[in-house]
Amino acid sequence: MGELAAFIILAIVTLLPAVVVVTSRNLVRAAMSLIPSFLGVTGLFVLLQAEFVAGIQILIYAGAIAVLILFVIMLTQGGTGTALRQVNEQQLVGGLVAGALTIALLGLLLRTPWPLVAGTLPRSNVAAVGGAFLTNFILAFEISSLVLLVSLVGALVIARREQ
Amino acid sequence: MPPASDLALLVPELWLAALGLVLLGVDLFVGEQNKRTVGWVAVGGLLLALVPTWGLAGAVHRPGTTVFFGSYAVDGFAVFFKFLAIIATTLVILASMDYFRASGDRQGSTQRFEGEFYTLLVFTGLGLVLMAASADLILVALSIEFVSLTSYVLAAYLKGNPKSNEAGLKYFLFGAAASAVMFYGFSLLYGLTGSTSLYVIAEKVATVPAPALTVSLALMLAGFGFKISMVPFHQWTPDVYEGAPTPVAAFLSVGSKAAGFAVLLRVVAVAIAPSGLDYVTLIAGLSAVSMFVGNLLALPQRNIKRMLAYSSISHAGFILIGVAAFGGAFGNTGLLIYLFAYMFFTLGAFFIAALIEARLGSDDIPDYAGLSQRAPGLAFLMALFMLSLTGIPPTAGFFAKFYIFAAAIERSPALLWLVAVGVVNSVISLYYYVNVIRTMYLLPPQDPARIQEPAVLRTALWVTGAATLLLGLYPQPLITFARAAALLLP
Repeated sequence: MGELAAFIILAIVTLLPAVVVVTSRNLVRAAMSLIPSFLGVTGLFVLLQAEFVAGIQILIYAGAIAVLILFVIMLTQGGTGTALRQVNEQQLVGGLVAGALTIALLGLLLRTPWPLVAGTLPRSNVAAVGGAFLTNFILAFEISSLVLLVSLVGALVIARREQ
Repeated sequence: MPPASDLALLVPELWLAALGLVLLGVDLFVGEQNKRTVGWVAVGGLLLALVPTWGLAGAVHRPGTTVFFGSYAVDGFAVFFKFLAIIATTLVILASMDYFRASGDRQGSTQRFEGEFYTLLVFTGLGLVLMAASADLILVALSIEFVSLTSYVLAAYLKGNPKSNEAGLKYFLFGAAASAVMFYGFSLLYGLTGSTSLYVIAEKVATVPAPALTVSLALMLAGFGFKISMVPFHQWTPDVYEGAPTPVAAFLSVGSKAAGFAVLLRVVAVAIAPSGLDYVTLIAGLSAVSMFVGNLLALPQRNIKRMLAYSSISHAGFILIGVAAFGGAFGNTGLLIYLFAYMFFTLGAFFIAALIEARLGSDDIPDYAGLSQRAPGLAFLMALFMLSLTGIPPTAGFFAKFYIFAAAIERSPALLWLVAVGVVNSVISLYYYVNVIRTMYLLPPQDPARIQEPAVLRTALWVTGAATLLLGLYPQPLITFARAAALLLP
C-alpha cells in the first residue's frame, strides 16, 4: 500500500508541472516547471531502488539541463518576458491522435503479462552500473564520447556569429 | 574483458574515428582560402579505409558473429554497409568541394567552417557504419542519434540562407519526436524480453504476446521510417532536401536511408522474425503507400530538389518490397543490390542539381532548358540518371528493380499485388523523370552560354555515371558480393 501511495504522489508531482511546461505562455515559468517534474522522476527511480540513476537525474536534468535552458532564455534576445502560444491550429488533430495513442498504450500496458525476474537487489547498484559500462556496454560508452565531441563541434558551427 | 582480437575486427571504425580527429587538427593549420586541403585529406583517408574493410570482407564470419559482448556485429551484412557508407561519404565530399567553391565564386564570398563540414561528413560516415553493425538496442539508439545530430548541423550549414536554417530546424524537430517514439518502442521490447541484445531478444521473442510486440514494432518503425523517409514519416523530406546544401541532401538521401534500412532489416530479421509475427503485411502496406504518395506528389514539382525528395520517398517504398520479401531466397540480396545501385544514380542526380545550382543559382527544372547545348556531358549524364531512377535498361536502376520484384514474386504469391503496385508506380514515375530529359534536350536555352564543369565534381559525376551503366551491364560481381553479405544475416 505504501508503495502505491508513494507512486501516486510521485506521478502527480511529475505530471502536473509537465502540463505547465507545455501550456504556459511564459517561457521562464515553463522552464522552471521542468525542475519539479524532474524531481518527481527522481522519486520514481528511488522507488525502483535505482539510486545511481536517481542521483544522475538530479545532477544532469534538474541541475544542469533546466539551468541551461534558463540561460538560453536569458541570453536570447527577447527571450524573457514574451508571451508565446504553445499550440497552433492543429491542436485538435494532435490532441485526438495523442489521446488515441494513450488509450491504445494504456490498454496494452494493462493487459500484457510482463515477465518478472526473481532475485534480490544488490545493496548498492553503483558498482554494477560501473561494471556494465566497462564490460557489456563499453562500445556504447566509448561511442558516447564521440557523439559528444561531434555535437560540440556542430553546436559551435551553428552558434558562432557570422562576420 | 573482450579479447584484444575484437579490436582487430574494428579497424575500419577506429580508422574513421582517427581520421575525423586528425581532420579537426588539420583544419586548425590550414588557411581560410585553402580549406579544400581538409577535404582532400578526408578523401584520402576514406579511400584508405576501404583497405581494412576489404580485409574484413575476405575473412568471412559465421552468421551472428558479434564482438564486445554481443553488442556489435561483424558479419558480411555489416561489411557491405561499411563499403556503401565509405563510398557515399567520399563522393559527397568530392562534390562538396566544388559546390562550395562554385557557389562562393558566384556570390563573391567563401563558405564559413568549410573544414568542419568535411570533418562532420567523415564522422557521419562513421555513424552510418556503426548503425549498420549495431546488434544491441542501446548501440542502435546511440548510433542513430549520432547520425541525426551531425545531419541536423549539416542541413543547416548555409547559415545565411533562411531555407537552410528552416531545413535544419525542421529536421531537428521531426527527428527528435521520431527518436522519442522509437526509444519508447525499444523500452517496450526490453521490458518484454529483458535484454537489449538483438540476438538474446531473438531467443525469447517467441513467448512475447503478439499485440505488445506489434505495438513495439510500430513505435520502432516511427524512428526507422523517419530515417528512410517512409510514409507517413516523410513530411520533413522535401523541405529539408530543398533547404539543405545540395551535397548534404544527396548524403541524406543515400547514406542515412541505406543505414536506416540496415537497422530496420537487422532488427526485423534478427529480433522480430523468430516470433512468427506477421510483419510482412504491415511492411508491404507501408511500401505501397510510400510508392504512391512519393510518386503522385513528385508529379507537380518544379524544383528539382523537391522532385528528387519525393522520388526518394517512392524509392523507399520500392526498397521496402525487399524488406517484405526478407526470408525468401532473394529478399536480402535484392535489398542490398537496390541500395548499392541506388546510391550511384541518386548521388549523380543530386550532384548535377548541385552543379547547376552553384552555377546558375536556380533549382527550377525549367531552368534546365537547353542543357544539352550548354553542357552536353552534363545533360547526357542527367538523362542517364533519370532513366536509371525510372528503371529503364540498360541502367543499374532497371537491374535493381528487376531483382527486387523477382525477390517478392519468389517469396510468396501474396506479394504479387505489391509487385503490380511497383510496376504501376514505375510507369507513373516515368512522367516526371522524362520531363527533365525533355526540358534538357527539346526546349531552347534561355541563355546559350556554356556551363563550366568544375574538375573535381566532374570526377565524382563520371564515377557515379560509369557505375550506373556498369552495374546495369555487368552486375555479376555485385550479385555475388550482395549474396554473400545477405547470407550472413540469419
